[in-house]
Amino acid sequence: MQELVYILTDPVGLHARPAGDFVKAVQQLACKVTVEKDGRTADAKRLLAVMGLGAKGGDAITMHFEGEGEEEACRMMQEYLSQHL
Amino acid sequence: MVKLQGTRVFGGYAIGTVSFFDNKKEAVERRHAADPSAEEARFNEAREKAKAELQALCDKTMNAADDESAKIFEVHQMMLDDLDFEDAVMEGIRTEGVNAEYAVQQAGQNLSEVFAQMDDEYMRARAADLLDISDRVIAILSGKKKKTLSPTDEPVILLAEDLSPSETVQLDRSKILAFVTRFGSVNSHTAILARSMGIPAIIGLDFDAAMDGHQAIVDGYGGLLLTDPDEETLKHYEERKQQDDEARALLGELKGKENITLDGRTIEIFANIGGVDDVEDALRNDAGGVGLFRSEFLYLGREDYPDEETQFQAYKTVAEKMNGKKVIIRTLDIGADKRVSYFDLPPEENPALGYRAIRICLDRPDVLRTQLRAILRASAFGNIAVMYPMIASVWEIQRLKELFAEVQGDLSDEHIAFSDEVEQGVMIETPAAVLISEELAQEVDFFSIGTNDLTQYVLAADRQNPRLAPYSDAHHPALLRAIRMTVESAHRYGKAVGICGELAADTLMTEFFLQLGVDELSVTPSMVLAVRDAVRKTDLRG
Repeated sequence: MQELVYILTDPVGLHARPAGDFVKAVQQLACKVTVEKDGRTADAKRLLAVMGLGAKGGDAITMHFEGEGEEEACRMMQEYLSQHL
Repeated sequence: MVKLQGTRVFGGYAIGTVSFFDNKKEAVERRHAADPSAEEARFNEAREKAKAELQALCDKTMNAADDESAKIFEVHQMMLDDLDFEDAVMEGIRTEGVNAEYAVQQAGQNLSEVFAQMDDEYMRARAADLLDISDRVIAILSGKKKKTLSPTDEPVILLAEDLSPSETVQLDRSKILAFVTRFGSVNSHTAILARSMGIPAIIGLDFDAAMDGHQAIVDGYGGLLLTDPDEETLKHYEERKQQDDEARALLGELKGKENITLDGRTIEIFANIGGVDDVEDALRNDAGGVGLFRSEFLYLGREDYPDEETQFQAYKTVAEKMNGKKVIIRTLDIGADKRVSYFDLPPEENPALGYRAIRICLDRPDVLRTQLRAILRASAFGNIAVMYPMIASVWEIQRLKELFAEVQGDLSDEHIAFSDEVEQGVMIETPAAVLISEELAQEVDFFSIGTNDLTQYVLAADRQNPRLAPYSDAHHPALLRAIRMTVESAHRYGKAVGICGELAADTLMTEFFLQLGVDELSVTPSMVLAVRDAVRKTDLRG
């Protein structure tokens, strides 16, 4: 299992459209991906669940990757987050 | 005339006919479905159709350069594909054996409630999106067309319970003067749309559907709906609307531009505000600062003196919102025409020449001490200055400065943060202050000329008496000389001088003020750009 901690810099955070793009990116990955904020965990491939975390700019999120290609997936999301969120 | 209060979403004025948009939803029937896999197929097919509709809406809004709406419809498509939504629908169909319409409605409602309970206001507003997408799918499943706004010939003030994103995007925007809804939030799509269209919008207004077809006024700034207005009210709002329209027209042209004459002389243009809510107007109109923050709003309409914390929060909010731009707070100016019961002021023969403003404060220093503490504490959060009204003698400002220093000392002793660069200034509004302006200039950091009171005192014409209007000539040579004398005294001692009365916004006077070298004009927010326009057209070389 791979773990990735990221602090959101975009002030709006994981709101509607950024969350949608984020979920789309995760859906490309074969492994199981979760995202956690303040002890609440959501399936990162589910938009409403991700939005439901209410993660805003300055909040820390933790992502877990498990299964096929987890290392590559973790690297890709690291890059995605630093570019978009 | 009926006057109703709601919550302002976007300012502006509209005058026109009210049109009530009745978009009540029809009940969705719950049926037992014999063949769950047929219902699943119906759902999948309807969902694909809904997504295609949304894609079309997305393209349409994108072409209309309405990015906000386009984004919403893109998110709607994603929501339709969301696995939680799909699971909830499938669960209803398979385990409860209900029809697809009912399963979709339940899924939409349940998920919508999750969002409705979130802390974040933006997220709460997304609850409406979930209801919107489920309604869209239900409409397709049941073969019913969604209700649309009936086309009208004349632009109308639109009244509705609430408007979904799908409904708002179908509106012919050229036919909408304002939005008024009973429900909705400041982050709802209606609100976003109103902001992007720049038309007034009010939410949370408890209207009567019978208002349909009546004439009305929408005051977006005050969050007011006035139906069947009388002639006087109508005239009043027509004038305000015209002023506002002019200010908006200038906005596009002059926002971000310098206040500079053709020959290169610059002047600051600040805004006068009477409360925390006015800051938005000041910023929207590109004011360089707040030249007069009337603190009376904190004292009026209450049963008892406002405490330090209440005042601190208000001053801090304004200072923060102005983000480093100067905010000049005028200490309380109660008395004369502004009466407050708990101050327990005796009736007076001649209130304009009476017990008011700092005359009360010097008598009841604790009232002022509380205010100064709040102002100084707020100074740690922005660029704050303090200004004392109704000064007539040098000893008054000296006593006020002592009080100010005492409060600073107390705060230091208590290790409470404040800025030690808070400037102190006085209002010049009595003839005495003008005549001793040289002495006053040596005591303070700045002057602000309050032309309304100065006019009534110099010309001995009570401004509350309408019969004296012809005698209250703000262009009277005596007044102009008083202003000149004040400016010269201030500059002799290197002190800044501003003008914060109504005369500051009088564009016939702009050239005169520039010639005198006035440093700052502070005007009502909607006049900031009109004055900027006048400054930019002035040439002092002529």
